[in-house]
Amino acid sequence: MSPVDGPGVSNPNLPVDPALVEGRVPDRVPEQVPELHEVDCPPDLKEHIETLMGRYPDRKSASIPALWAVQRLYGWCTPEGIRQAAAVMRVTPAYLESVASFYDLLHTEPVGTHKVAVCTNISCWMRGADELLEAFRSAAGGDEDIFVTGFECLGACDIAPMVSIDERYFGPLEAAEAETAIEQLRTGKDVLPEKALEKRPLAGDAGSTGGVPRAGDADA
Amino acid sequence: MQMPETRVLLKHAEDPELRTLAGYKRYDGYGALEKAYRQMEAEEVLKELEDSGLRGRGGAGFSMGKKASFLPRGEMQKYLCCNADESEPGAFKDRELMQRNPHQLIEGIAIAALAADAGHAFIFIRGEYDLQADILDAAVAEAYEAGYLGENILGTRRDLELVVHRGAGAYICGEETALLDALEGKRGNPRLKPPFPAVQGLYGGPTLINNVETLSNVPRIVAHGAEWFRGFGTEQSPGTKVVSVSGCVQRPGNYEVELGVPTRELIYELAGGPGGGREVKAFYPGGSSSPVLTAEEGLDLPYSFEDMAAAGSMLGSGSIIVADDSVSIPHMALRTARFYHHESCGKCTPCREGTNWTVKMLERMVHGEATPMDLDIVASVQENIIGHCLCVLGDSMAMPVGAMVRKFRGEFEQVMAEAGTAVAA
Ligand SMILES: Cc1cc2nc3c(=O)[nH]c(=O)nc-3n(C[C@H](O)[C@H](O)[C@H](O)COP(=O)(O)O)c2cc1C
Ligand code: SF4
Ligand code: FES
Repeated sequence: MSPVDGPGVSNPNLPVDPALVEGRVPDRVPEQVPELHEVDCPPDLKEHIETLMGRYPDRKSASIPALWAVQRLYGWCTPEGIRQAAAVMRVTPAYLESVASFYDLLHTEPVGTHKVAVCTNISCWMRGADELLEAFRSAAGGDEDIFVTGFECLGACDIAPMVSIDERYFGPLEAAEAETAIEQLRTGKDVLPEKALEKRPLAGDAGSTGGVPRAGDADA
Repeated sequence: MQMPETRVLLKHAEDPELRTLAGYKRYDGYGALEKAYRQMEAEEVLKELEDSGLRGRGGAGFSMGKKASFLPRGEMQKYLCCNADESEPGAFKDRELMQRNPHQLIEGIAIAALAADAGHAFIFIRGEYDLQADILDAAVAEAYEAGYLGENILGTRRDLELVVHRGAGAYICGEETALLDALEGKRGNPRLKPPFPAVQGLYGGPTLINNVETLSNVPRIVAHGAEWFRGFGTEQSPGTKVVSVSGCVQRPGNYEVELGVPTRELIYELAGGPGGGREVKAFYPGGSSSPVLTAEEGLDLPYSFEDMAAAGSMLGSGSIIVADDSVSIPHMALRTARFYHHESCGKCTPCREGTNWTVKMLERMVHGEATPMDLDIVASVQENIIGHCLCVLGDSMAMPVGAMVRKFRGEFEQVMAEAGTAVAA
């Protein structure tokens, strides 16, 4: 029986969905889960992702950790890296891409080797974050190896204005210290060792003032 | 004269050895876990937690013991998730607790898992907290080694697996159901409630979700008892609170105080006040999602859940952001709105569009392109967001921005007029 003259098709003036006549043929082949031999996954990465999957009751839970592993290896979530992770995890690359694109820390475009995130949220803004971001941008001066961005609150408003450099926190900073930090990054030195969050005592034990003079209420 | 802190959670936190197992044990660490696992029934632990009146420290302030008691009893697989996403502007207390005393949190998780009968636990930590996640990884490894985690804990035939799971940068993952989706390896979108996670959470199983600070309170409650805990704080807000104070203060940082201390003392005596002859103009009492209070409204209130709620705001995560008389409130509103606009997951129209339009209108105001009507439109947009979304991210912008427009209308009008004159000239 052709669906066109079946029950429910009463008004011949209504347009007919061609799929009812021709059947539903997808216009593209749906993306497949890549096979391991197709993707040339480095053995270390494969083993690492397998360990990650083993930590969760459901292997799919390892997708963010697996993308972190890809990003650590290649600098960003490259299409090849995503295919490799997808093959190990038995999911489609599109699935992992959709996950990666949701999260600010996972990069689906190339970024520099060094990542500099200047917080520009409320408490840092009050203490001169906009000037600090500008200072980092001009100090990095288009160097493709150093990726400078403004960022939302990094959970360190006590050291405002602050910056996260290669996943470690520093503050409170004067705009002039941006130049020093970038120079230290370029020459492979320890970055602003005396400003590392790790070394700070508890606020109540510090006894000194915590911040730098505030830059007033300027805003863009 | 400085008001003293009341350090319970941050006790011994100045000792850098505290983060190691040996250091933690020097101060009776894991004594509460031994007591709970060896001498107590799960229901007894649960009752102790309920009796303590411990309220959630992640934002909503719901009774921790009560929430744990909502989990169904029975043989199914249950889960515990520790919310360490801490991404609300102004909040940085969980960072301090994890960095300085990771074992206190791990011990709290293990005891709470016993009470909730959970066999799998996760710490969902924001990806930016790389240092703290490394510290937790090391501490978890030590705890496994010592037999406080894993199979057959202390020979009691109870098992608990604990995984430190790093997020990847999305504020919305702090919302408990979005956190579950993220933990299941998906994009972090909130789920419709009910069903609540206590009934159907991670992988569809009953799940207890609590904040880092909430869980860090558990070992001492079990060690010393609910009555001891109620000796701190107020009737409705028992215990101490690690309060993050930042913005226009001379000594920003985390201060642990009994709930109910005068807010003025927190801001002026502990954090040093604005200094430089400046005065407090307004503050967010509970992170950027809480309606701002003016100095007149808020400085003399006791810092407790009930007093902040009575004043039309909230204690939230317990993070005070201070604005002194040099800060422009309209600009502060814009910063606040931009954050929520950036972090909206886009699932609900009022939140997605409302945050977008609020940012646009506030930008017009500070750039002198607004009409006087825009102030009323901004106010009405906030009202139309509240209560109309899947999660409260939309409300979290609408409440503080709405409060700023209402309480500082004159300042908005002045900024619009001045910017308008500048544009016309
Ligand atoms: C948008 C949004 C973000 C949130 N972020 C956090 C967070 O970072 N940390 C947290 O503990 N709770 C956060 N919460 C609250 C959680 O949904 C949940 O109520 C809390 O983790 C429960 O723990 P508690 O009862 O111990 O406070 C957030 C809620 C919303 C709506
Ligand atoms: S209120 Fe906003 S963040 Fe929450 S689910 Fe809706 S769109 Fe997403
Ligand atoms: S506002 Fe910058 S770290 Fe919180």
